[in-house]
Amino acid sequence: MARGLGAGLVGMVMALFAVSLLVGPAGLPPLQALTALVRGDALAETLVMREIRLPRAMLAVLVGAALGLAGAAMQGYLRNPLAEPGLIGVSGSAALGAVLALQTGLAAVHILALPFAALAGAVLAVLLILALAGPRGGSITLILAGIAVSALAGALTSLVLNLSPNPFAASEIVFWMMGSLADRSMTHVILAAPFIVAGALVLLALGRSFDALTLGEDAAASMGVSLVRVRVMLVLGVASMVGAATAVAGAIGFVGLVVPHILRPLVGARPSALLPASALGGAVLVLMADIAVRVILPTRDLKLGVLTALVGAPLFLHLIYKTRAQGL
Amino acid sequence: MLQATAHLTGRFTLALRRASRVIGAALALWAGAAAAGPPERVVSINLCTDQLAMMLAGPGQLVSISRISHDPNMSVMLEQALSYPINHGQAEEVFRLNPDLVLAGQFTSPYTVALLRQLGVNVVTLPVVNTLDAIPDAILQVGLLLGQQDNANALVSEFRAGLAQLRTQRDTRPRAALHYANNYTTGANSLAHDILNAAGFANIAAEEGISGGGHLALERLVMLMPDLVISGQPYPGASRAEEVLTHPAMTALRDQHAAQALSDADWVCGTPAVLRAIAQLSQLHEGG
Repeated sequence: MARGLGAGLVGMVMALFAVSLLVGPAGLPPLQALTALVRGDALAETLVMREIRLPRAMLAVLVGAALGLAGAAMQGYLRNPLAEPGLIGVSGSAALGAVLALQTGLAAVHILALPFAALAGAVLAVLLILALAGPRGGSITLILAGIAVSALAGALTSLVLNLSPNPFAASEIVFWMMGSLADRSMTHVILAAPFIVAGALVLLALGRSFDALTLGEDAAASMGVSLVRVRVMLVLGVASMVGAATAVAGAIGFVGLVVPHILRPLVGARPSALLPASALGGAVLVLMADIAVRVILPTRDLKLGVLTALVGAPLFLHLIYKTRAQGL
Repeated sequence: MLQATAHLTGRFTLALRRASRVIGAALALWAGAAAAGPPERVVSINLCTDQLAMMLAGPGQLVSISRISHDPNMSVMLEQALSYPINHGQAEEVFRLNPDLVLAGQFTSPYTVALLRQLGVNVVTLPVVNTLDAIPDAILQVGLLLGQQDNANALVSEFRAGLAQLRTQRDTRPRAALHYANNYTTGANSLAHDILNAAGFANIAAEEGISGGGHLALERLVMLMPDLVISGQPYPGASRAEEVLTHPAMTALRDQHAAQALSDADWVCGTPAVLRAIAQLSQLHEGG
């Protein structure tokens, strides 16, 4: 069944990727669009397909996979279904790092300064959260610490943007809080992809340890799982993925929370199976949201986070309702 | 008053009496203002009124201009502006300057304007100039407010002559696109549109049915293949909004197909400075 689910998710990602390439305000007929993408003879069509739509679709997959996988990993490690990169302030802190790099001019000095700054922000947030509410802290501590870190990161991001001499900086706050993939380019793909892939490899390697952790920390330790190693790898993996995703797309909420929730029953609640499934599921959700953004209000640059929250929040409420009905 | 006539006649006379009292008060105010002569301490809190005031004011009449006028990216009269003290458009500091006239823009914070008026300061808000034809009106209005009608008349005739000289008939009308941060553009009913037309260019945004300001998706812009791309000037500090100006698709379009120009401070305000913008564009027209 897990194999069928995997194939289904891969199929959905591929289909949505194709739709994402075919949707856009330029109004290209599908055949013409694909010819332009592959052959590249007409200047306008080729620019639209290769420089605007292709990087956008690729980023949707990368960012979605990053958020879904990071969410599943956080939930697996903390054994708490409320953990999510956005909820515990990792995305917000990554955004703060990225904004600082941009505003101090560091991002212009070296191309890697932006993702590294975002990564540093994410690492700091994860370390802070783990210190405040490690696995022994209750879920209340985790959420309270997360809210505090998110609020602080959000406030500092707004402060930095408010102080900027750039007239557009204040409106950027929306982008860093809500996220968007509009008009990203191949540069952004090249910037984010290595960090996201590296982070994914690290987190996927932790699957077995998460499986063992479901039995409790002591049992996992007796099975040869090094808790320190897991913790360090988790921090690095999550920070790398979420940091890179946030640096190019802003903070997109709810994906990391909702996707593992939806998929958990389908993979038999096994963390090691949930990790790759959540990566694919995250890609599906972000691709869908990014297509919806362009279809619903094509001229208004609707923010991605608005859509993921609009889709995610009701789903989440439904899940809570179902859990309650089961008397859990 | 129409309502009053529909009701009782007694009410009508009451309304009439009240109306005459209002008119009387207004007349007295007007007479008082006229007797007081031109304002002696004028404060401008808007970039565009700054420029008109600096062009028209008599010596010592203009006390302070807005902070933005000292910004080299936005100000067309930087050298002159640097000789004036600046304000930050906040009611408290403006009030302390003890002005007898404050010039503000249509979109100046309504709270500031209301508060200043409440404090008894005479605040005049000038409408945004959206067409070349409205520029003489703006000049004359500020001239009247400052009591500098002669200066204003001279400036208007100078502007009209300059514009007539630049507005020559041309055989071709290349298509231009205005591309600002966040893919913002302006179509018909905007100053930039008039500047384009006066220089002999058609505005792509107007073709797309955009009136005033609007957003033109990057994809649409590329598909329209403009002959000239006029980009918004980059501001200091970084912003994601401006990244679209150097997006690879735009760079490729400029490298392989379209000519390029920058829209700078000359484009911002409806003042005679727009003539410089038109002259620069006209050169591109002849060059291409």
